[in-house]
Amino acid sequence: MRHNNPFENQQVEHAAQRSGVGIVVNAVSKTYGEREVLKSVALDVKPGEFVAIVGRSGCGKSTLLRLIARLEETSAGEIAFSQGAQAAYTPETRVMFQDSRLLPWKRVLHNVALGLPKSDLPLAARALHQVGLAERANDWPAVLSGGQRQRVALARALVHQPELLLLDEPLGALDALTRIEMQELIESLWQKNGFTAVLVTHDVQEAIALADRVVLIEDGRITLDQRIALARPRARGNPEFARLEESILARVLQHPARAPDAVLGDISLQKSVNQVQWAV
Amino acid sequence: MSTSLVSEAPVQASLKRSGKRQAFRFGATQLLSWALPVALIVLWEVAAQLGWLSSRILPEPLAVFSAAWKLALSGELWTHLGVSTWRAASGFAVGGGLGLLLGLLTGTFRQAEILLDTSLQMIRNIPALALIPLVILWFGIDETAKLFLVAVGVFFPIYLNTFHGIRSVDRGLIEMARSYGLSGWPLYRDVILPGALPSILVGVRFALGLVWVLLIVAETISAQAGIGYMTMNAREFLQTDVVLVGILLYALLGKLADVLARGLEKYWLRWHPAYQ
Repeated sequence: MRHNNPFENQQVEHAAQRSGVGIVVNAVSKTYGEREVLKSVALDVKPGEFVAIVGRSGCGKSTLLRLIARLEETSAGEIAFSQGAQAAYTPETRVMFQDSRLLPWKRVLHNVALGLPKSDLPLAARALHQVGLAERANDWPAVLSGGQRQRVALARALVHQPELLLLDEPLGALDALTRIEMQELIESLWQKNGFTAVLVTHDVQEAIALADRVVLIEDGRITLDQRIALARPRARGNPEFARLEESILARVLQHPARAPDAVLGDISLQKSVNQVQWAV
Repeated sequence: MSTSLVSEAPVQASLKRSGKRQAFRFGATQLLSWALPVALIVLWEVAAQLGWLSSRILPEPLAVFSAAWKLALSGELWTHLGVSTWRAASGFAVGGGLGLLLGLLTGTFRQAEILLDTSLQMIRNIPALALIPLVILWFGIDETAKLFLVAVGVFFPIYLNTFHGIRSVDRGLIEMARSYGLSGWPLYRDVILPGALPSILVGVRFALGLVWVLLIVAETISAQAGIGYMTMNAREFLQTDVVLVGILLYALLGKLADVLARGLEKYWLRWHPAYQ
């Protein structure tokens, strides 16, 4: 049923026409000294796809993202990008970090315009408008709240019209309400701009809410690659959503997944799952 | 509904009042910071009038002011002030400029640090004033000698703080800027220099404090003009009031330099929560 979902097919077709880039991660390993953080990881991301990488702290998910971002070099294997028929392509990539990394000595608008020529300041203003912070253009980053800073960081990433947006736990430090707001904003901007997105998170619910695919990394290997075929926007109360969340969490926690019917009936278990999801 | 209408007027009135009170409080703080110096001067004047202080040891403030007035009228004061200020400014520019340049160099390039830092750290431990005999042998008692002394003293605080500032720029910001395509001069201008600026300005303030100390010593050794020369000259003629004018001038110039440095901090670091 999941593979024949008409919505998903439509989505992928539509995405292919836009500016997303395809990624092929081929047998990539990464070692720091003696420690092998990634062990022969293979991952294929279609153009315009939204992939979430989940896993426990220290499993190597952030390292994989940094490799895709070319912030670090692979120890073995290679990562290739493709745009349309073009192979061996270097995409326009932007990274959003957990801390907003705004330059405190530049006003909000000039932070968004970082790396743009001066004549493109109106573009920065438009990007700021897209994230709903047009009126804060002349403020210093120091006076913004954590959520607002992340929105500025998102505007800064999007103003370059990236073909690939990499999100390294960008919402990890935000409160629950701001988090949901930001997730909706990221989703809508992704749908509008059509870039390929890779999100690293330890919040399984966030991964399911946003991603076309959820990839689980355990001990440096990909151990689960789950397609999420729910229609967007995704309601968290949806039973299918809850079932997926339950099965992925159970996999992360290395419990055997229960049969769907049993889970929906068993409220106490669901409660305990909700309690642990923040800890994962 | 009606209660809110009634209560609005008093609220606004109290807002206005609190605004006034704030302005008053600001003025009061300003006044308070000057209360101690003014009280000391009044006490000093009273003590001199009552004959507790001999005018040879400490002339009354009025005498000091009149001496300053006379010097100002004759133009002597302005010549000396001009000469001293020029020495301070040029010494600061040379020493500070070199300190900044070398600090940027060793902070940015590992090789430069390996090459230069050990030697500079060794030289740093020599007090600038210990060089006086050597400086006199090298440069005589010329302007160059004074310039050299001031420049050497100013060099190290600025060098050290610039080096430290460059090294302590947030790595995350640099990584971010690189991933946004910045490198070379734009990276330096937009990320590294502003990140190092708070530390560099600390160095500037230290250096400005040192300038006057070094200048006083340099000018009292030997000079044909300058505030130090004026005071040494006045001492020979037992003009205690002129000596005091010189000392007070140094205090004023020091305060002026500090105000300037604060102004720079306030402008350049206006993004910093601590300076808002």
